[in-house]
Amino acid sequence: MNVETYTFDAVIVGAGGAGLRAALQLAEAGLRTAVLTKVFPTRSHTVAAQGGVAASLGNSTPDHWHWHMYDTVKGSDWLGDQDAIEFMCRKANEVVIELEHYGMPFDRTDEGKIYQRPFGGHSMNYGEAPVMRSCAAADRTGHAMLHALYQRNVRARTQFFVEWMALDLIRDQDGDVLGVTAMEMETGKVAIFHAKATIFATGGAGRIYYSSTNAFINTGDGLGMAARAGIPLEDMEFWQFHPTGVAGAGVLITEGVRGEGGILRNCNGERFMERYAPNLKDLASRDVVSRAMVTEINEGRGCGPNKDYVLLDITHLPPETILKRLPGIREIAIQFAGVDPINEPIPVVPTVHYQMGGIPTNYKGQVVVPKGDDLEVPVVGFYAAGECACASVHGANRLGTNSLLDLLVFGKASGETVIEDIQSGNLRLKPLPKDAADLSLARINRLNTATSGETVADVLLDMQRTMQKHAGVFRFAHLLKEGVARILQVEERVKHTFINDKSMVWNTARIEALELENMIEVAKATMISAEARKESRGAHVRDDCPDTPEFPNGRNDKEWLKHTLWYREGNRLTYKPVHLKPLHPDTQPIALAKRTY
Amino acid sequence: MTNRVVHFRIYRYDPDKDEKPYMQEISVEIEPTDKKLLQALVKVKAKDDSLAFRRSCREGVCGSDAMNINGKNGLACLTDLDSLEQPIVLRPLPGLPVIRDLIVDMTQFFKQYHSITPYLINNDPPPERERLQSPQDREELNGLYECILCACCSTSCPSFWWNPDKFVGPAGLLAAYRFIADTRDQATNERLDNLNDPYRLFRCHTIMNCVDVCPKHLNPTKAIGKIKDLMVSRMV
Repeated sequence: MNVETYTFDAVIVGAGGAGLRAALQLAEAGLRTAVLTKVFPTRSHTVAAQGGVAASLGNSTPDHWHWHMYDTVKGSDWLGDQDAIEFMCRKANEVVIELEHYGMPFDRTDEGKIYQRPFGGHSMNYGEAPVMRSCAAADRTGHAMLHALYQRNVRARTQFFVEWMALDLIRDQDGDVLGVTAMEMETGKVAIFHAKATIFATGGAGRIYYSSTNAFINTGDGLGMAARAGIPLEDMEFWQFHPTGVAGAGVLITEGVRGEGGILRNCNGERFMERYAPNLKDLASRDVVSRAMVTEINEGRGCGPNKDYVLLDITHLPPETILKRLPGIREIAIQFAGVDPINEPIPVVPTVHYQMGGIPTNYKGQVVVPKGDDLEVPVVGFYAAGECACASVHGANRLGTNSLLDLLVFGKASGETVIEDIQSGNLRLKPLPKDAADLSLARINRLNTATSGETVADVLLDMQRTMQKHAGVFRFAHLLKEGVARILQVEERVKHTFINDKSMVWNTARIEALELENMIEVAKATMISAEARKESRGAHVRDDCPDTPEFPNGRNDKEWLKHTLWYREGNRLTYKPVHLKPLHPDTQPIALAKRTY
Repeated sequence: MTNRVVHFRIYRYDPDKDEKPYMQEISVEIEPTDKKLLQALVKVKAKDDSLAFRRSCREGVCGSDAMNINGKNGLACLTDLDSLEQPIVLRPLPGLPVIRDLIVDMTQFFKQYHSITPYLINNDPPPERERLQSPQDREELNGLYECILCACCSTSCPSFWWNPDKFVGPAGLLAAYRFIADTRDQATNERLDNLNDPYRLFRCHTIMNCVDVCPKHLNPTKAIGKIKDLMVSRMV
């Protein structure tokens, strides 16, 4: 196959919030930039974010970036890197104000300022009381943000390659990253995007689970590409189950519903969160609320004929509030739960939502890997931001509204770092290795020539069910162990999938087969990292690591206050320390403590 | 609850192998939890992997899976299977070139969107904090900013079918008014100039198909009417 080469200063893979924010930085700096995206930019999954973006603007209640930092470190169960978290919380106001200047239609306070609502785990004065920190555009914040960012990129004349799927990362013998291979979906053509800098903003892989709030496109393509190119994946055992996915459908109901006063109830009508989190109640961290819900269901206090969900109740809110602040949620409840939440509570269950781990980066957006004694050496030419990256600001559990903040802050930071690295002459266009496209062509060739095998749909379903059963809200030692064996079996089957469709034109069967090859890398990383982590922390809670006086909440800081790194080759695990020191010497670190809400 | 069978007639065309388009008859078994058309389509694809359609969020916010469903444009992910007569007839959005099966070439649609300068224009130096906007002024944007660019509206509009290169179409005009209505935007005059053309704006004949099909319940016709009013009041 003839493989064309396109040359750019920078190539960005993904056009969700992080990719668009990075692109804006580069386009406005006049760098020749290509943005590759599987879907038209405004169809990226950032569009589905609902509740808001965190910033300590203090428009309605007093706030401070250090309170936000405290909440984020505590939310992460101290696994988050405090330098990166400080960087993010300090930058929040700047990036949110920028968005407002770009035209984002935030809701407004009576004074005309950006409207802010309370959100889970966000507090005033180091845990004292809920704070209004989530900057919102009704319950469509992600949509408003993604469109505003796209529009600003139209203004900046950013060059998009729409409906191009990146296939593989190109590295040379020094390990430097020189770009990616990609396939134009309409024609099946494969091309090389050769660049001085490559930024991954490919989003998460929530589709590795059976029940997920995520879009079909969230297949972890960046993680798959990185893993195949020998880059480790960090902290992949930590997956967020959002407390309120619509029972049965999986569609997200924002935590903003509880921010506006919504209450979770069991079959007795009891506001059960009062027992689990006496202080923040329904607005405790997501991992805490999800476990409380599953405990209620497991102990027979679930609702419905099968007692397998709980109820999210906003019937006590004035209908005007619902219509004004939560109009999208009302639509979703009517569409997917068949209830109008003005009159009836919404059936909800914890549903996979967010990948805390990802491609290891520092707070500048550089991808960092161990090399000799130095555990964080930047990979020349390689950057990542947003859900595909692990900075690590979310640690073992992300706070709501911190993902939109993450993609703004680190999208921008990665763009700025690329500009610095290019302008300082640190990055140059290195010659492409001769075999740059070979791996991608071989993957495609296998699919084009296979005459028999299992269908992608069958193998995908088994992978998703395995993840759901073996690495869920609560984790069990024996299920994790069995899960590792099972997911390795699924991996073998992924190598032998078969597609009937051999067309060159918009071949979605081929795209789905290639996506499955990315998802299985994430699934393996998750299961193997989870099985190995013998403690409970944040979203990773094991039956064999219970709450004891020695290990409060089952957390073992002596042995496990460290980041996991999973390598595809040999499924090898290594570890690296958590950054407990903030960025600035005068910033007070957040001292280790037991996590309660 | 038991599984049941859903029957489809689906427009098929793969330029790589088909001389001309044809309608494929296909039936699939669905589970009781499959309530939306998209869920059934995913089952169809599991049975025949060669069927091509776009889809992503499956909750009506990304705008990928717009198609013509039993003669009416809509999103597969928001369409209740129970509301549809069988066989369910699926065709690509009308008026745009078909690339393959249910996938259309949306270039012309986005070209029109891009033609209205779809971004906020404010030439004052940005203040340190947010630009203030009263809640009442912000409310003016409701019903405008929520557009998901699915193209259901523009491809249901006869005026857009006849002149897709000259008429901006309901989606683009809704976006134009979204910026005109924003108190932070300073380019209302230029925006009106840009649309003051027998085709770009005035090809709208208030047929209102756009309102009828919009999956987000938006009203492009009303927005177009407001732009026309501004044109008139600017002249007198």
